[in-house]
Amino acid sequence: MAANSNLKTLFNGIIKENPIFVIMLGMCPTLGTTSSAINGLGMGLATTFVLLSSNVVISMLKNIIPDNVRIPAFVVVIAAFVTLVEMVMQAYVPALYESLGLFIPLIVVNCIVLGRAEAFAAKNTVVKSFFDGLGMGLGFTLALTLLGTTRELLGTGKVFSMTVFPENYGMLLFVLAPGAFIALAYLIAIFNKLKTTKN
Amino acid sequence: MAKLESTFRNMVLVLTSITLVAAVALGSVYNLTKEPIEASKRAKQENAIMEVLPPDVLIKGTDTITIEGMPEPFYVYHAYAGDEFVGAAVQTYSKNGFSGEIKIMVGFDAKGSIINYSVLEQKETPGLGTKMVDWFKTEKGNQDIRGLNGSKNNLNVTKNGGEVDAITAATISSNAFLEAVRYAYSAYSQNYDGLTGATSVENEVAQTN
Repeated sequence: MAANSNLKTLFNGIIKENPIFVIMLGMCPTLGTTSSAINGLGMGLATTFVLLSSNVVISMLKNIIPDNVRIPAFVVVIAAFVTLVEMVMQAYVPALYESLGLFIPLIVVNCIVLGRAEAFAAKNTVVKSFFDGLGMGLGFTLALTLLGTTRELLGTGKVFSMTVFPENYGMLLFVLAPGAFIALAYLIAIFNKLKTTKN
Repeated sequence: MAKLESTFRNMVLVLTSITLVAAVALGSVYNLTKEPIEASKRAKQENAIMEVLPPDVLIKGTDTITIEGMPEPFYVYHAYAGDEFVGAAVQTYSKNGFSGEIKIMVGFDAKGSIINYSVLEQKETPGLGTKMVDWFKTEKGNQDIRGLNGSKNNLNVTKNGGEVDAITAATISSNAFLEAVRYAYSAYSQNYDGLTGATSVENEVAQTN
């Protein structure tokens, strides 16, 4: 029973309440980082780690944090984890840090992280918060990777840097910011269509 | 356990201890990662130097060249094969990229022709300006800058009367890139009078890795 509800929490984040396609939180890093599939995946995984850690820590601390100072307390916890990720990435995966470096500090202000802290972790047990963080993170990663793949394929003819069709036929637009909006809009439309038909 | 009440004392206490714990955690991770971060930066620079020079050379001596009007110095790494001077790698930059600074390493042979280059740092638009990483070393049209010489060739984009094809849809990035290359050549030729290979500037003590 308990395992079942945890799984439900997990899938809740991936599909039913997918942060990008359904809740539509954290659009700024979504549009900014997804110019290629690998960037989307990297950003998604970094965010997943922060989401997971901050959810667990915040749900552990939820009873000793007085209500009036909960937002500053959450922000400190989140910011600490983000800075940690940044330093560790810079030290051990410099190549990934180079392409994402600019966006890592942005995770601090990613509304998903604070949103889940406030809406879920502050009210639920550590285990449930863990699964919520994991689910939301994976949902975010899935969405970013999908968007990155779409844009990379349409823009440059490659997927994860492997050529699918010659670059000359790519539509440059999709690598640029306007392409991000267009691709995101279509993906959201498709996702919601699939979701409603399934129900 | 009941939730702590929002009294002044509780709030100050809790927030202070949370920030303290966070600060201690960050401080220790900073200390832990400081070494690897610096090592990876150094390794990248060394790799770049080796990449733009002929194989099996030794770096003997580094010069710091300042060019008037440029805010930061350029670094010239002298390469020798045995006792023979075979060229130099120049760390150069341009502040006129599409989004900020571009840092590249350019290798010259003893006559001042470009051997190769390597991009150290750039924040250009992904899919456009970022193509500079290998655009200027791809044999296609006039986009390859390898073999060109700053004293004989006009290292500018064709649009501005030069000899190099700009990256499609990224003229600003291309201009900045070529500007950095031109400055690298200036720094290089200031260092080697008449490009005979004889150094005209006092070398710092040999610094090899």
